[in-house]
Amino acid sequence: MADRQEVTIIERLGTVDRRYVFLLIAVAVIIPLIVHYTTAIPTSAIVQSLFDKIESMPPGSKILISFDYGPSTEPENQPMANAVTRHALEKGHRIYLVALWATGPRQSQKLIDDVIKVEFPDKVYGVDWIHLGYKAGNQGLINTLLSDFRTMYTTDISGNAIDGLPMMKDIHTLRDFDLIIGLGSGFPGTKEWIQFAGDPGDIPVGGGTTAVMAPLLYPYYPKQMVGFMGGLQGAAEYEYALVKIYPKYAMRSRIASTTMGPQVTAHLVIVGFIILGNITFLIEKRRKRKYR
Amino acid sequence: MILDAQPILSSPLANAVGVWIASLLTLMIFSFLYKDNPFYKFAEHLFVGVSAAYWMCVGFWTTLIPNMIARLWPSHMGGVLPAVVGNQREWGYVIPLVLGLILLTRLVTRIAWLSRWAMGFVIGFAAGTNFTRYLQSDFVSQIHSTMVPIYEPGATTAATIGNIFSQIVIVGGVVSALIYFYFSKEHKGIFGRTARVGIWVLMAAFGASFGYTVMARISLLTGRMGFIIQWISGSSW
Repeated sequence: MADRQEVTIIERLGTVDRRYVFLLIAVAVIIPLIVHYTTAIPTSAIVQSLFDKIESMPPGSKILISFDYGPSTEPENQPMANAVTRHALEKGHRIYLVALWATGPRQSQKLIDDVIKVEFPDKVYGVDWIHLGYKAGNQGLINTLLSDFRTMYTTDISGNAIDGLPMMKDIHTLRDFDLIIGLGSGFPGTKEWIQFAGDPGDIPVGGGTTAVMAPLLYPYYPKQMVGFMGGLQGAAEYEYALVKIYPKYAMRSRIASTTMGPQVTAHLVIVGFIILGNITFLIEKRRKRKYR
Repeated sequence: MILDAQPILSSPLANAVGVWIASLLTLMIFSFLYKDNPFYKFAEHLFVGVSAAYWMCVGFWTTLIPNMIARLWPSHMGGVLPAVVGNQREWGYVIPLVLGLILLTRLVTRIAWLSRWAMGFVIGFAAGTNFTRYLQSDFVSQIHSTMVPIYEPGATTAATIGNIFSQIVIVGGVVSALIYFYFSKEHKGIFGRTARVGIWVLMAAFGASFGYTVMARISLLTGRMGFIIQWISGSSW
């Protein structure tokens, strides 16, 4: 009788409707969002390295930020862009926004509307920051920019000739930048910035990608990449490092940190299902051996 | 006068309409988790259509116009790119124009073979450019990064022990994983045991990759859920 009951439970667990799994994951994500459950994510060495690089550069350094992603990965990539831009402008660096993806300029525009114009209204367009927009060509574009930046970028995104913009005066090739930050979610992205700009041009390259891409980028650190943010956790770690040094950003620089709470609960549910699946698998295996 | 970048949705009404459309489309996509339905199909087809149209428009206005038309006929760009009106015509851009046009001959079966010239140029350029860079960045530099000294003078004892352990794991992991893929010798004896270690290394790598993939998907789900909550409650989360 006991054996019969055990079989029924195992069979039920093995054939559980997957929609219950979806429902549990949804609950595990929604509840922490509603109750604002967050977790502290201490900064890892690889993220700290990128932070330290921006922190240590003299004010006025030129940072190229490339938006190589679109709305589909905004939850992961946008907090990275926000945190890095906040830090760079706080330090008085000049930032150049470009994109290897056609969907990138919308994301950089979002950064401008949400961060630059709101938190740094005193920063002047064309002097402290510039929006250069998207250019086609993938790695071919980077290759060209390495030898002549102005061949491809003759105007900014609004059609202004770059010759009339003060912060473009010293820019002739990619080598004129002090740091390149590639924020991406696929091809072309951070990897191509390393391969076609960082390595041949000896230009410091850092970046951040979606978590799916992250394992492919870690081998480039530390020799070919100064630092790196892997997925939402990387963004949360950068926010943590930023708020630690600049507490005034505690309320604004917390998008990634806020969404790490649901990450924890959703992962607990997934780990629970993996353990449950393995237990039922082992019990079923033992049962089959017993009745063989 | 320098034109500043323009906001995405300038009026509150346009913003509200955009949020409602985005939220309803998100719910339509999520409805597939229950079962396939017409709402999901509608949202899916709309997404494909809008994506294709978006890429075409962006490609036209950000690539064809500034990189081709504006260089060959700069004086005609007054209404689009005033900054280039006074520029000299760059005749070299006739070559990509011709290559681009013959790429379209694929649409006419009788002369479709012409498009191979343009494709050959694209593939040849990509192969030639990628070969050298991949060889340098992903092969030579990665070998260099693997062969690092296990002892660094001046480091603390704890750091040295950690460093030695890390380097042994990296070098041992790389060598054993490579041995697993070496099929010219039978995987027996010490060679077979090393290959077995290689499998464990690969499994650990795949596990890490899978873990990151889960994190990425949950991040995207969190982003969408946050958007929905924001839509329902009318506040930021």
